[in-house]
Amino acid sequence: MIEIKGLKKKFGRLKVLNGIDLSIKEGLTTAILGPNGSGKTTLIKSILGMVRPSEGVILLNELPVIGTWKYREQIGYLPQIARFPENLSVKELISFVENLRSQSGDYLKLVEMFGLKESLNKKLRFLSGGTRQKVNLLLTFMFNCPLYILDEPTSGLDPVALLNLKDHLAQLKHEGKTILITTHIINIVEEVSDELIFLLEGNIFYKGSYQGLMKGQKEENLEKAIAKILKGNHVENSEI
Amino acid sequence: MWKILKYSFYDLIRSRWLILYFLFYVGAGFIILYLGSDTSKAIASLLNLSLLITPLIGTLFGVINYYNSREFIELLLAQPIQRKHIFLGNFLGFAISLSLAFVLGLGIPFISYGIFVTGDLWDFISLLTGGILLTFIFSAIAFLIAIYNENRLKGFGIAILFWLFMAFVYDGLLLISLVVFESYPVEKMAIALSVLNPIDLSRILVMLKLDISALMGYTGAVFRNFFGTSTGIIISYFSLILWTLIPATWIIYKANKKDF
Repeated sequence: MIEIKGLKKKFGRLKVLNGIDLSIKEGLTTAILGPNGSGKTTLIKSILGMVRPSEGVILLNELPVIGTWKYREQIGYLPQIARFPENLSVKELISFVENLRSQSGDYLKLVEMFGLKESLNKKLRFLSGGTRQKVNLLLTFMFNCPLYILDEPTSGLDPVALLNLKDHLAQLKHEGKTILITTHIINIVEEVSDELIFLLEGNIFYKGSYQGLMKGQKEENLEKAIAKILKGNHVENSEI
Repeated sequence: MWKILKYSFYDLIRSRWLILYFLFYVGAGFIILYLGSDTSKAIASLLNLSLLITPLIGTLFGVINYYNSREFIELLLAQPIQRKHIFLGNFLGFAISLSLAFVLGLGIPFISYGIFVTGDLWDFISLLTGGILLTFIFSAIAFLIAIYNENRLKGFGIAILFWLFMAFVYDGLLLISLVVFESYPVEKMAIALSVLNPIDLSRILVMLKLDISALMGYTGAVFRNFFGTSTGIIISYFSLILWTLIPATWIIYKANKKDF
């Protein structure tokens, strides 16, 4: 589905991605992990065309995407921070985004799932952070896309919404969608992802299953394995 | 682009600060019109007011608006639309709603006063056009400042300094340079310097139209002597439109290259 070759990105003198080679398979849920500043968001934003890479190629279904925009029809993107035009109501925001994509969204089920029925006619500035995140999720999932890219989808969600989100992700996977998630919440990784990419200082430190990562780090728990890597006393060269 | 313009406009016209801005002009218009008795004097007073307030609000709200929609712009950037349409749509939606507040804010008092029968209609229209152009120019520059500066405080600081410079400092510098170069023919320099300041340009524009020599100031008088009234008006319009187009094009150029 996505092929990335030699992707580099520098912001001024700061190197954020140091030549990433990566292939993301269709129909799988891939989690991107890594400490703050490891390049997770830059990687995702490069795929979306929000960051202009310094070097490298990104292919989506074998077509180069850098500098083009039409391919984004195939992507549902969930931004990390849920902030919207303050004086629009949720309903108006939905029709705005539908209008932009020239696509109608299937949102009734999502309204039900996230309990947004009463918020639909409220202006966005009156909504709490958690509710705004639910609106954010709704805007992403209401379109039927082959690829979803989710940047920290769990932030600010209550336990019920979190559970519903996981169910929904499982459902999407069942439908054969490709999903790319960045997160700090380990249990999401364990529950929904098929593959894990661990970024460290702009390089891929590990790519494979989470069980493989645990094994490589000689830990029985994913959280501990990750902590070990982050503290710098990891076992080197655990890439599969 | 039109879709983004439409929703940005729709969002802004319902915001509280825009309504306050509108009410400010309604209030100022009524007070100045009904306290005096002469429409052309009222137009001159409102001109002086709007030459300060319109650029200030355009710059300040422009920067605030960009920073507030920063995260939503990221969502838009991930949609199947071109970047330039996002930024142009946002900018135009902003500048149009601000201009509308200005035009309606002054329009209501003037219509109720009977501008259509006083014969000063064209003077009033040139006051409005000057204000609209200033709104577009300063909003575009504010967007540009905000796009260049991710750091919000720095962006604010630069925006305020820019406004202060254009509204106050520039005139002082102009005056000083005229005094310093007193013994030389300074007319051309004065013209060049006023073309470089949109606030001065719109003052000249309206003053030429009103033909109030006393309020024209040095540059206004030079403009009239040098070009004559109608050429002077055309040249100020032309320069003001350039002042709008250059930063607007610059926004597209910068936004296309920027990483979000």
